[in-house]
Amino acid sequence: MTDDTPLLMASGVSKRFGAVVALRNASLTIRKGEIVALMGANGAGKSTLVKILTGALKRDDGAVEIAGKDERIGSPAAAQRAGLMPVYQEPSLIPDLSVADNLALGGTPVDDFRAWVEELGIKGLRLDDMIGHLPLATLRILDLARALASKPKVLLLDEMTAALPTDLVENVLRVIRKQADAGQAIIYISHRFTEIAQVCDRATVLRDGETVGDLEVVEGVEERVIELMLGSALGAGAAASVRPPPAGPAHLEVRGLTLGKKLTDVSLRLHKGEVLGVVALEGQGQDELFGVLAGLIRPDRGQILVDGEAVAFRHPADAIAKGLTYVPGDRADGLMMMRSVHENIAMPMLARFRNWGPIGMRREAGLVNDAVERMQIDTRAMGEVQRLSGGNQQKVTIGRWLAMGVETLLLFDPTRGIDVRTKRQIYGLVRELAEQGAAVLYYTSELAEVPAACDRAVVLFNGSVVDVIEAADADEQTLMRAAYGLREEAVGA
Amino acid sequence: MTPQDTASLLVRLGRFLRDNPIFPLIILLLALIATLEFMRPGIVNERWIGNTIKFAIPLAMLAACQTLTMLTGGIDLSASVGATITAFVMATQVPIMGAPLAICIGLVPAILIGLVNGFGVAVCRVHPLIMTLGTGLIATGCLQVYQRFVIASGSVVPDGLGWLGTGRTWGAPNALLLFVPFAIFVLWLQRRTGFGRLLYALGSNETAAKISGVRSWQVYLALYALSGLIAGGAGLLYVGLIKAPSLSLVSPLLLPSVAAAVIGGTSIFGGRGGYGGTIVGALILTVLGTLLTLMQIPEGTRRILFGLIILAVTTIYVRLTNQR
Repeated sequence: MTDDTPLLMASGVSKRFGAVVALRNASLTIRKGEIVALMGANGAGKSTLVKILTGALKRDDGAVEIAGKDERIGSPAAAQRAGLMPVYQEPSLIPDLSVADNLALGGTPVDDFRAWVEELGIKGLRLDDMIGHLPLATLRILDLARALASKPKVLLLDEMTAALPTDLVENVLRVIRKQADAGQAIIYISHRFTEIAQVCDRATVLRDGETVGDLEVVEGVEERVIELMLGSALGAGAAASVRPPPAGPAHLEVRGLTLGKKLTDVSLRLHKGEVLGVVALEGQGQDELFGVLAGLIRPDRGQILVDGEAVAFRHPADAIAKGLTYVPGDRADGLMMMRSVHENIAMPMLARFRNWGPIGMRREAGLVNDAVERMQIDTRAMGEVQRLSGGNQQKVTIGRWLAMGVETLLLFDPTRGIDVRTKRQIYGLVRELAEQGAAVLYYTSELAEVPAACDRAVVLFNGSVVDVIEAADADEQTLMRAAYGLREEAVGA
Repeated sequence: MTPQDTASLLVRLGRFLRDNPIFPLIILLLALIATLEFMRPGIVNERWIGNTIKFAIPLAMLAACQTLTMLTGGIDLSASVGATITAFVMATQVPIMGAPLAICIGLVPAILIGLVNGFGVAVCRVHPLIMTLGTGLIATGCLQVYQRFVIASGSVVPDGLGWLGTGRTWGAPNALLLFVPFAIFVLWLQRRTGFGRLLYALGSNETAAKISGVRSWQVYLALYALSGLIAGGAGLLYVGLIKAPSLSLVSPLLLPSVAAAVIGGTSIFGGRGGYGGTIVGALILTVLGTLLTLMQIPEGTRRILFGLIILAVTTIYVRLTNQR
């Protein structure tokens, strides 16, 4: 093998699932020392290509060469033997075992692992800690450290930074750049352009199951990538409409909410017709705030008022009765994967005891179809929700509340891991709902979304509201500083 | 045809079977009947069909308890005890208070068992397998105590139940009069009511159901109480067929009732399946029983074959439909 032989070369790969063509002509080439971004809208075939490369699926056609050798990757173990190590979006460690036991299972060298964990910036990890007790961000880092410790030729990172706080993201990027410089090849899947611009050498773009471009990452490449991903369907982004702060009494008011060490005296006001962003680094209390408002967690202290009336939620059903509807961040929490789109959307309409009786099939079908149309859910793969792409699944979780008529929508990171086109649809929809009088609370882990989707944003830091920022002032830098608790003029909400 | 075409055809066939699990089951049933006819020409006649249906119905009713609870990821191992108690209490009360009242009294303990199951599963979060096993044992004990008190009064199976259990009208078993409306009701319940949808929802993802506003304890309580009631009904019908109430009357039907639901395509993990398949499953088991009896092989071998066939059918089925 010469130095110029690609470490990994996939060409003309195709894959069909029944009538659905997931990949028609996908190719990807990566050489020693390169970091290649694999990009594409949801449903473009990224996940399928990744699964084929890592042996989780068998290709119908095409060739995959590793280091110049044609490889029939029949299983994940075979892929790893051939030198291809993936780190998936979901942590792959067993929750009921300790860190050490998990390492032993995969035969990972412990000392190398420890060194990588330190290098990636996790301090004080004990090998006898149970995996189930560690926070998600730490698990992602452990997964990466484990992969690095196995010294793969090609490392495949799938949305590695999605759940990480900014300091860990920096560490990850630094480490993989160093690895690439040392000769490793890295396939980097992400929706975040800033990271791609920072570390990647090239970007391979998929659209509708086909590789449509292979670009050098240079300044301004984002526009070209978006063009390629969207094809001709390049839509206008949701423009930030600067609107006057809403007057009058708040629709939803939270006063002095306190929950253990997670929330301290959180207060905020949400008006009808307003989209209020929530900005926070990982684990600053946003999960608990949404949990309380959704009726999943009971607070220690504090008040929730809906239209001036104090309410207490003992169950999500209580919150829903007051018009507070919740879209969880993890789609696996929100969807019945084995059931149809129809049943998933109709679910809340049947939840209450008085609706246990006969279903008005025609009326229900009408409401469901309206929601499907309004959300533009792609129902080609009609049937089980698990056959839909991530973006379409997310639309189903939001769509079910449209069928009910929305009053207050609690959206928790609704665009996590979703492509640009679907993101824009969701911004547009959120704006539309607000214009029709809904109140929306919108947590996002992507700061750039705030000006696109929100009117104002509250910033949570360490369980408290530290700032309120108008959309017009909400550039990424301002938000980032605020999220780190660095902005001077703290304001009460 | 290239291997690829075959592969995609198989995938499509698998998907079709998953969406319509009842077709392969009916084919299997017909195949079994054909085998029977081949081994003993002339055996498959109107009388034989009537008898098969007659014995399959109590099993299918008991299997309704398993199907409905399995849709939520549960199971009802107390169903046979509920059925036995209803039959026994009813039969011993008939001499004292007459048939109609005795039937009502007999159903009370079955529903109570169901309510306790529902309470344990919904509120105490005990696993249904353990919960229903426990209540089943407790109820069996209570029945034994009860037997001592009524030993003197004797037992009578009302003529009406005998007529329903064994009688025929124009060749068709009278039990169909009870079973056809019952089956339609269960199918309607699972497909066309909010309650039925909630069973599937809880079996697929309880968190998602909760976020949608479902108070799961209400569903579990109603579900297990309903299961108890159905078990009681199955017991009444079965005692009409057997005509000899005993303390272990319906016990032999418990595991076949679970098998009927599983063979019928209901996932034991919840969220998938339905009663249509279960009915065919109950028929398959009954025909299989006849077939093995007819082969005049010893009881031990028969059981081994029975077990193997159930395992084979379930494995093939799960493979075909790509369930967990």
